[in-house]
Amino acid sequence: MTIIDAADLGYQMLNERIQNTTGPCTVTNCCGQRFLAAGMAGREITVRGVPGNALGAFLNGARIFVEGNAQDAVGDTMNDGVIAIAGSVGDAAGYAMRGGKIFIQGNAGYRAGIHMKAYQDKVPVMVIGGCAGSFLGEYQAGGIILVLGIGREDQPLLRYFPCTGMHGGALYLRGSIDGLRFPPQVSARRAQENDLALIREHLAQFCELFGYEIDILLSEPFTVVTPDTSNPFRQLYVAN
Amino acid sequence: MKEGQVRIPSGCAIAAVISREGRRMSGEGIIRAMRPMHDRSNGLGGGFAAYGIYPQYRDFYALHMFFDDRATRKNCEAFLKDRFEIVKAELIPTRKMPAITDEPMIWRYFVAPLQSMLASMQLDEREYVMRSVMHINTTLDGCYVFSSGKNMGTFKAVGFPEDVGEFYRLDEYEGYCWTAHGRYPTNTPGWWGGAHPFTLLDWSVVHNGEISSYDANRRFIEMFGYQCTLQTDTEVITYIMDHLLRRQGLTLEEAAGVVAAPFWSTIEAMPDEAQRKRAAFLRTVFPSLLITGPFSIVLGFDGGLMALNDRLKLRSMVCAERGDRVFIASEECAIRAMEPEAEHVWAPAGGQPVIVRVKEGA
Repeated sequence: MTIIDAADLGYQMLNERIQNTTGPCTVTNCCGQRFLAAGMAGREITVRGVPGNALGAFLNGARIFVEGNAQDAVGDTMNDGVIAIAGSVGDAAGYAMRGGKIFIQGNAGYRAGIHMKAYQDKVPVMVIGGCAGSFLGEYQAGGIILVLGIGREDQPLLRYFPCTGMHGGALYLRGSIDGLRFPPQVSARRAQENDLALIREHLAQFCELFGYEIDILLSEPFTVVTPDTSNPFRQLYVAN
Repeated sequence: MKEGQVRIPSGCAIAAVISREGRRMSGEGIIRAMRPMHDRSNGLGGGFAAYGIYPQYRDFYALHMFFDDRATRKNCEAFLKDRFEIVKAELIPTRKMPAITDEPMIWRYFVAPLQSMLASMQLDEREYVMRSVMHINTTLDGCYVFSSGKNMGTFKAVGFPEDVGEFYRLDEYEGYCWTAHGRYPTNTPGWWGGAHPFTLLDWSVVHNGEISSYDANRRFIEMFGYQCTLQTDTEVITYIMDHLLRRQGLTLEEAAGVVAAPFWSTIEAMPDEAQRKRAAFLRTVFPSLLITGPFSIVLGFDGGLMALNDRLKLRSMVCAERGDRVFIASEECAIRAMEPEAEHVWAPAGGQPVIVRVKEGA
């Protein structure tokens, strides 16, 4: 295990240090360095402190574990790998991600999963342990978002305008969805056995990372939100 | 070339700290906060507002001014002497450093309005000061008032914020509240006067964003005697706040409900009727003061601050606490740079004001 002290290192230097090590590494005293581990493959990186914006952007297979909060645009356009955050994240987590998994123990800010997409075997997954801000899954085109609302008490599970412009993929919500308002082109239904099989698979990984009991998490009902047709906005475009 | 002459289309950094107990802190902490956010600015503007820094002159308006040369200063001083009692006039102390160049002459005046003038013009003190500031900034060439409150001051320049803080020797001041800004000008070329914070009386605004309602807001606010001279959106936000809070007597929550009004669909879904009516009232009475487009701002004032995001939350903002201090910044790393042990980190929702006041009597 290599330790890299990030104090006083700019983001380029820090990424170079990570590139130049072999085997797993731990970055300590991180304070806002952007683009951490951007585009990296086959690495295992632990981060202490606060990583800057665009953590794991274009990630291509590396595994990142953050021992606290992360900022905006975690996993921007990531392609493969795993990012796990033992805290909360800022806005636009998983922006346009097209593969890999993001696990967030706490809350996600606004626009989590904006424009996530999927293609053939590339199906990105984002699990949010707490609550999500407004515009969750905005323009979602593919992939899976799970919101668990663990310990939320009076907090709304989602805020305003979830699934705005959603036209692919699926959103899974744990617990009550009373008071949530969805746009007309999506529908919400109770999760069935086959949905739960898929949920269980991702929850197992979440529980392993952050130490929760899967049976307790599964004791509440889940709701599945999907777009109504494969192309709900086709009337907006010229047919050709 | 100065601002107002060219429009080019802002990423920026903001940070703030306030002590609820009114304990005074040096400027070192807030300068530290700006370092990890260096890349949010491009070196074309940095600035700070500090509250509680002039206790020995607490009853006097502190005018911070830029002058192009000695002649413009003499001209401006003649104007001031006709309208104010000047109890102290001095150069603002600065540190010569390679990162900050082309500085104008930077002065401060501690002044009190002449009572005879107030009586003859039938104005209250604050309105009189506001009109005098507008007069200097629009008609006296080469003079610019960039701070005009009591027991507070703004310090700004072209440069990176951490350098601007060193330049103005902010480690030598002590205030109970500090706000800071790092600038990435997008619509204007970047001049000393155009750096943030923008201030009028004790209001100061630091802003990250790019408001799309600028012209609609400007046209409305200029009907009330405010003159936007710099084409930058933060200036108009400052005047809107002065208009709503000082002249219209709105509360901070109400002012937030005007500039970051909820969508009509959100208002219709409000469960509480009184809340629904209030939100609809504010949107209906002040439609021209709705600010659209991305913004995160910190409004400083005598005895407190308010942080606010646009209703869609198109810019980031994080808050945290430690003891009696509350921290606000564009990025959590800035808060950690001020206070590594900060607790209760939270991100306020769009349009939801965070208001912190210094406790009574502190």
